Amino acid sequence: MKQIVQLIGMHLKEFFREPGIIFWAILFPILMAWGLGLAFTKQNELIRTIALIDEENSLAKHEDFSQFFVSLNRDQDAPLIKKIGNEKLGITTYQFEKSDWQESIIMLKRGKISMIMELVNDSIIYHFDPLNPEAQLAYLQIKGAFDQNTGQTNSTNISPLTQTGTRYIDFLVPGLMAMGIMMSCMWGISYSLIDKRMKKLLRRMVATPMKKSSFLFAQFTARLLLNFVESGLLFLFAYLYFDISLQGNWLALILMLVAGNLAFTGIAILVSSRTSNTQVGNGLINLVVMPMMVLSGIFFSYHNFPDWAISVIQKLPLTILADNIRSIFIEGAGLVEIATPFLILIGIGMVAFVSGLRIYKWY
Amino acid sequence: MIKVTKVHKNFKEIKAVNGIDLFIPKGEYAALLGPNGAGKTTLVEMIEGLQHPDAGEIKIKEKGWKDHAEELHHAIGLSLQETRFVDKLTVLETLKLFASFYGLSKNRIQEIMELVNLNEKKKSYVVNLSGGQRQRLALGIALLNNPEILLLDEPTTGLDPTARREIWDILTALKKANNTTMILTTHYMEEAAYLCNKIVIMDKGRILAEGTLEQLLSKHKKGEVISFETNGPILPEELPHSEKIIKSVIDPAGNKGEIIVEDLVTYLPLFLEFIKSQQLALTSLECRKMTLDDLFIAMTGRHLDQ
Repeated sequence: MKQIVQLIGMHLKEFFREPGIIFWAILFPILMAWGLGLAFTKQNELIRTIALIDEENSLAKHEDFSQFFVSLNRDQDAPLIKKIGNEKLGITTYQFEKSDWQESIIMLKRGKISMIMELVNDSIIYHFDPLNPEAQLAYLQIKGAFDQNTGQTNSTNISPLTQTGTRYIDFLVPGLMAMGIMMSCMWGISYSLIDKRMKKLLRRMVATPMKKSSFLFAQFTARLLLNFVESGLLFLFAYLYFDISLQGNWLALILMLVAGNLAFTGIAILVSSRTSNTQVGNGLINLVVMPMMVLSGIFFSYHNFPDWAISVIQKLPLTILADNIRSIFIEGAGLVEIATPFLILIGIGMVAFVSGLRIYKWY
Repeated sequence: MIKVTKVHKNFKEIKAVNGIDLFIPKGEYAALLGPNGAGKTTLVEMIEGLQHPDAGEIKIKEKGWKDHAEELHHAIGLSLQETRFVDKLTVLETLKLFASFYGLSKNRIQEIMELVNLNEKKKSYVVNLSGGQRQRLALGIALLNNPEILLLDEPTTGLDPTARREIWDILTALKKANNTTMILTTHYMEEAAYLCNKIVIMDKGRILAEGTLEQLLSKHKKGEVISFETNGPILPEELPHSEKIIKSVIDPAGNKGEIIVEDLVTYLPLFLEFIKSQQLALTSLECRKMTLDDLFIAMTGRHLDQ
């Protein structure tokens, strides 16, 4: 018994006597909870946008529709609003944006909407990827509310969107590619540098005529090669298994991947510039990686965050990378479209690299 | 070859190196001998250019680190205290990597592997090497560029006697073949005595004494040592004829100690009588000429390896 008490004591002391670990293990998750909680729950109600296509002007012709879709104001183009739900389950505000097909598809590909509603005479056609749970929920809620509202079961149609580029997998794979680059650079480069510093290997190497620039360049190049293999395999798998296709320019994709690698190599070098404690390094890497993984729209669209958050999220390097890889893949973006984000990512990489190098602890 | 002038280095409150002057001529093997925390590593790392003195000057081949880093990196071979190389590289790959920094040929790598006796292990991962093999690899890397100056920080710490002997043999062979200048740090006096013609004894950031083994032992008062253990406690101040004692060190428990005296033949009977008068019995008794460790005790009251 005494042994167990002593051993537990040892583990607890080990933990609490390392200030870095306390921060990362206790404070960091609290901060994350605070940040994410703020982003998701400060809103009293959820707002979901649905594209509404009404080419035959059914909205004006049929009473059922005009009763259901209550306009905020009388302006013809203002979005239509419908609140669905109750106090207990939470209220979701559906915002129906009148749009045409082309625009709707782009919004869908970008993850801004998950469903398109088309009004044809007196019936509604719901277009969505049946594998997307968010779209399914929207469908069920809207249909339920509509039926209740009109007191009858209206003729409805579901038209599954399975066309390449509109499925969830089309949204997901480019994001995973971007995330792979971030993870690989941050863990591969940062961790390996911190580990080499801890082992005193870095110190041993700079005590030779080795050029520091060669050392870092080699680090970048090796990672770039590995990441190309990694991204390539992911693409190959998605191509063979999910029939994903690249609608945009190949060269644009390659340039974007290089820019992403540069940006995250820079950040990795900055993150690893001082510490020689791998546990603190662990925390620092997580500090960079975790928020972006959650926020940058890799697994689900960041358009569900409040507007103020979106403007911040869109400036994160992973968001820039993921959004642009995605636009090359599913919107057919080419060199012109990616020029600005390409330069921004390289800029981020350079700034991080130079500031990291300034404070770099080689010894 | 290496000239250290009035060098100071502080870490916060601690004076790691506190005003050291040292000169090592070409071809000399020098040992920095002292306990842990004596400032040996800090001094060597300043000579290696890995740390910078707060005050004072270090010149190697009459050149300073500030303006001649590239040249000095080529002239120096070194091994740090406990460097760990990349776990999953083989011995050969590790040597190739470091050889590339100096622009050396394959032949040199082969020579080195034979020199440090790692030829059979060349395809083993570093992580699978024994402690002695790792130290030999570190030494091999230090010797790759055929350095004029070799700086080894505790090359044999933690090794068993056989492994230590292997390192000594490599260094002795090197001494015969080349005109290398070497500084090694150690807290083993046998190592300093065996390998080096100059011994520099350090403690608390200062040099206490330097010279050849004979010079050190003769210059600092001739002395002989009584090392004993008893079955009961003795207090240091109770020892008889304190005027004949150079230094005495008794364990806190009081039943074990060393007395350094000028003349063993006259003091030993007095000591034995004292033990008898205290109604104690000796469980162990050893008399010997003074060694470096005893010299260190005589100067600081502590053992080298404490």
